[in-house]
Amino acid sequence: MINKIVQSVADALAGVKDGSTVLIGGFGSVGQPDVLIEGLIEQGASNLTAVLNNAGVGRIGVARLMELGRVRKIVCSFPRSSDPVVFETLYREGRIELEIVPQGTLAERIRAAGAGIPAFYTATAAGTKLEQGKEAREFEGKRYVMERALPGDVALIEAWEADRWGNLVYRGSGANFNPVMAMAAELTIAQVQHIRELGELHPHMIMTPGVYVNRVVQVDRGGDWLTPEAG
Amino acid sequence: MPFTRDQMAARLADDVPEGWCVNLGIGIPTMVANHVPPTREVIFQSENGVIGMGPAPAKGHEDPWLINAGKQLITLAKGASFVGHADSFAMIRGGHIDLCVLGAFEVAENGDLANWATSENDTAPAVGGAMDLAAGAKRLWVIMEHTTKDGRSKLVERCGYPLTGLACVRRVYTNLAVLDVVPEKGFVVVDLAPGVTLDELRAKTAAPLHTN
Repeated sequence: MINKIVQSVADALAGVKDGSTVLIGGFGSVGQPDVLIEGLIEQGASNLTAVLNNAGVGRIGVARLMELGRVRKIVCSFPRSSDPVVFETLYREGRIELEIVPQGTLAERIRAAGAGIPAFYTATAAGTKLEQGKEAREFEGKRYVMERALPGDVALIEAWEADRWGNLVYRGSGANFNPVMAMAAELTIAQVQHIRELGELHPHMIMTPGVYVNRVVQVDRGGDWLTPEAG
Repeated sequence: MPFTRDQMAARLADDVPEGWCVNLGIGIPTMVANHVPPTREVIFQSENGVIGMGPAPAKGHEDPWLINAGKQLITLAKGASFVGHADSFAMIRGGHIDLCVLGAFEVAENGDLANWATSENDTAPAVGGAMDLAAGAKRLWVIMEHTTKDGRSKLVERCGYPLTGLACVRRVYTNLAVLDVVPEKGFVVVDLAPGVTLDELRAKTAAPLHTN
């Protein structure tokens, strides 16, 4: 029997090694695996490279992980936020490395990693500062930049529903980076609101097939506002 | 009287025809959606994978799972759909967005856009989806104040700040005027805000202005 459901957040994060590249889903707070991030803080892995769209807000979640000195490098498109205090302090003091990647290039580099494509060409960033150090080439008279695949050792993702095969259904704008990140890591861990029986999720609704997912943990927050009918 | 921000957004919205798929940047660009009448069907795409945004939610009807690129709560229009980030940016980079509206620090007369980094602060630059939109949208219009707070023209001969995209801006909407960016020519005045004269516009613009 295939069963990817684990019973605790600690079980979900077991074995994450120091020096890992961790892909973290979400856009803003939507689709962000906040409980897994807290779990990673508890778990203790350090010297991490964090790949995510934003560099954390306030002093919780990813910002807390950075503040604890556990993140060596961050790869993101938009380090600013409503309260980027931790990142900006570390960055100014030279205590964290930053790789800025245009948002579409970030998504595509991760997708490429998941699809077995080592590199690709894109017009994004051609002729700009972010082209520097990269190979560029002309196709049909237009300039393109070569971008490399960006695989993760671990992906932390968030979904609405899952079954024991690890099939995932997202909610609202909560898919964002989660489906590509699920494809691109050696170990993909999903935090979900609801576990359904196998066969209960409609095949048309499954955006991430369980083949990409290694572990699923249910995070029951209670409250009606998170039921499918609430939206 | 120069245009207010709302009037700038309304002026731009007048030029958006039915049927276009439009991506709006953060800030003044977001206000454009408020000025497209509901009878005119325009599809608003948000980079986080929402195709078909509706207006802001009424109080008590917010859905915490529905946000736009600026992380504001939104609603869905009838006919809306969701995709993940790779597909959303394939839509942007693959030339399927009819119009992208962005803010800017500088626009040059050759259409170069600078809107992601300045050398004036030591905080990290944040590019987001701007470079993807500049490279991939079918057309890019900029909406911004004509000058900085200390009176410097944001329309320039060549950008001083790091570029977001090269020769990508087609049109600029400011509080003083609407200007086309024409290849091999530069800024061409399309329209002036009420009461603004061409001489006044020239005095506040650090690049040659053409009239048709």
